[in-house]
Amino acid sequence: MKYLDEFRNHDLAQKLLAEIRRTVTRPWVIMEVCGGQTHSIVKYGLDDLLPPEIELAHGPGCPVCVTALESIDRAHALARRQDAIFCSFGDMLRVPGSDGDLFQIKALGGDVRVVYSPLDCLKVARANPAKSVVFFAIGFETTAPANAMSVWQARAEGLANYSVLVSHVTVPPAMTAILESPGNRVRAFLGAGHVCAVMGWEEYEPLAARYGVPIVVTGFEPVDLLEGILMAVRQLESGRHEVENQYARAVVREGNPEARRMIAQVFEPCDRAWRGIGMIPGSGYRLREEFAAFDAERVFDLDGIVSHEPEACISGLVLQGARRPLDCPAFGTSCTPETPLGATMVSAEGACAAYYNYGRRR
Amino acid sequence: MSDFTLSCPLPIAQRKTVVLGHGSGGKLSAQLIREMFLPAFDNPLLNRLDDQAVFEAGPARVAFTTDSFVVTPLFFPGGDIGKLAVHGTINDLTMSGATPLALGAAFILEEGFPMEELARIVASMADAARAAGVPIATGDTKVVPRGKADGMFITTSGVGLVAAGVNISARLARPGDKILLSGTIADHGMAVMSKREGLEFEGAIESDTAALHRLVAEMMAAGEIHAMRDPTRGGLGATLVEIATAAGIGVEAESAAIPVREPVRAACELLGLDPLFVANEGKLAAFVAPESAGRVLEAMRANPLGRDAVVIGEAVESHPGMVLLKTEIGGTRVVDLPFGEQLPRIC
Repeated sequence: MKYLDEFRNHDLAQKLLAEIRRTVTRPWVIMEVCGGQTHSIVKYGLDDLLPPEIELAHGPGCPVCVTALESIDRAHALARRQDAIFCSFGDMLRVPGSDGDLFQIKALGGDVRVVYSPLDCLKVARANPAKSVVFFAIGFETTAPANAMSVWQARAEGLANYSVLVSHVTVPPAMTAILESPGNRVRAFLGAGHVCAVMGWEEYEPLAARYGVPIVVTGFEPVDLLEGILMAVRQLESGRHEVENQYARAVVREGNPEARRMIAQVFEPCDRAWRGIGMIPGSGYRLREEFAAFDAERVFDLDGIVSHEPEACISGLVLQGARRPLDCPAFGTSCTPETPLGATMVSAEGACAAYYNYGRRR
Repeated sequence: MSDFTLSCPLPIAQRKTVVLGHGSGGKLSAQLIREMFLPAFDNPLLNRLDDQAVFEAGPARVAFTTDSFVVTPLFFPGGDIGKLAVHGTINDLTMSGATPLALGAAFILEEGFPMEELARIVASMADAARAAGVPIATGDTKVVPRGKADGMFITTSGVGLVAAGVNISARLARPGDKILLSGTIADHGMAVMSKREGLEFEGAIESDTAALHRLVAEMMAAGEIHAMRDPTRGGLGATLVEIATAAGIGVEAESAAIPVREPVRAACELLGLDPLFVANEGKLAAFVAPESAGRVLEAMRANPLGRDAVVIGEAVESHPGMVLLKTEIGGTRVVDLPFGEQLPRIC
């Protein structure tokens, strides 16, 4: 398969590994921001192949993991309503709220549907005019354009029975929060390739300059990741701190202007709570005032929901790269994909699930 | 069906309702079997947890199996629910080395189901049974009110005879065995999913549904098979874990050796699914004594259903119950049972 096979090539990977070994002279902590990158690293066993000097810290870029518990509980309240059809991306269904997950709500009669695109929700809304169709609009800048588009189009069509529960988050404020945290050990970032495909990398340039960290926009296949690591190590070893682009086949500096415009027209920045991490200023998107009629939080009364998080879960520290999944006493014992205490054990992109599924159990 | 060791099983009582994952062939299914059915039905035949029970009846050794089919959509590229129901039960018998003798078919039909569609499905079953040379010898029909079933469900049962001296069971795989796979994986699951989700891969991806009894007979004539399974729900990944667990052996396989058709791989990539855990309906994985593995492989390749057969790895003494997969780039990953349904990724 073009664009995949060459980036999973054994010889190329081994060459890059040899070059990384030749280049590195001392220990460095490099954070891959995106959960998709974490999964590739563990799925292909990259972490075992890298020289011991390089420690990969797994970042906060798992969209379902960082969706605040309060948002999930609101989603569950909506999904339980008899008059609603609740649409969600697939991997949100198993994320535990304060009381169960969307699968359980579905089993008890809630109309919960998995969609591949938010635009599919509009079809559902047109076909079910007597029902309220709610889409759980979560994710980073990657999912934001299509989510915004669904609202834009619903307004254009005058579709009155469609709304979105928005819990969007954005990457740069989270990176800032990690760099500002007192115990931060991260010395370089592999930037989230698909986020940058939308947003470009201009907004990362001030971060690299201000905190003196190399940021390498990186793809998701093993050869991408190894090349991104090599580029980061070269910068670190030579004392540079620039934004570089490894993922040139998908990302340009200005990103995707159409997609950025769509986001800016429908959403505006807001403060957002991240699950396990807490409030990060300016780290979210919410609907602009002119789209209030499509905001599920205003259409429905969602007050009075009380959320409580299991105490044993250290997913916040895992998401900040401060702890690794194996550092958690609950990992693999009281917390497994069957009985997840936190979303990082659930999602296809969660670091704990990656470790568990691909067998990092030492 | 299979047994697994879990690190932290949730007592079944803690899940108040059945969820879809209980039927996925992954950990939740295993848990339901282990904690609900096994204690209740407890007996040596069932406790073996093979896809069929083999027992003695006078001088004969009889293989007996049953399987329900609930696929949506009922018709998909390469097959339909009727064909699946015939092939699936023949294959479950065959994986013990049995020669299939006869099938039973029970239909649960929903009121209002189009007679024309039923006729097509029945004709397809008849064709499949005739082609396999295994008669549908008994049956049953029930109709439920509209809305109480998803069109139709079929349950097929089957009996077969196991020849003297034939002993094939997941628990009999041994260290040193070569692991042979009869062809490409994930065709069936992706054919059904692309049709169900209206994705545009239709045509390029077809179900591999097929009866494997003739292929197996040729393999048995060529060499010594210790364990064999058809990787249906849960895919090849689950099958390897099941056999490793049942036999108390380790499995080491090569990711690059496992064939996946290009359009299937593309569809899996697009949806974020791992082909290792996607269903097959016309493939088998066999643990074969190393001395005869070459001959068995040749026999497989001589049959159209095993044309793409490959050796994907071997059974080892170390890490019992664990399946290790060497990745394309030279790393290693552990293959574990999927939890429930594989979920498409968000981005």
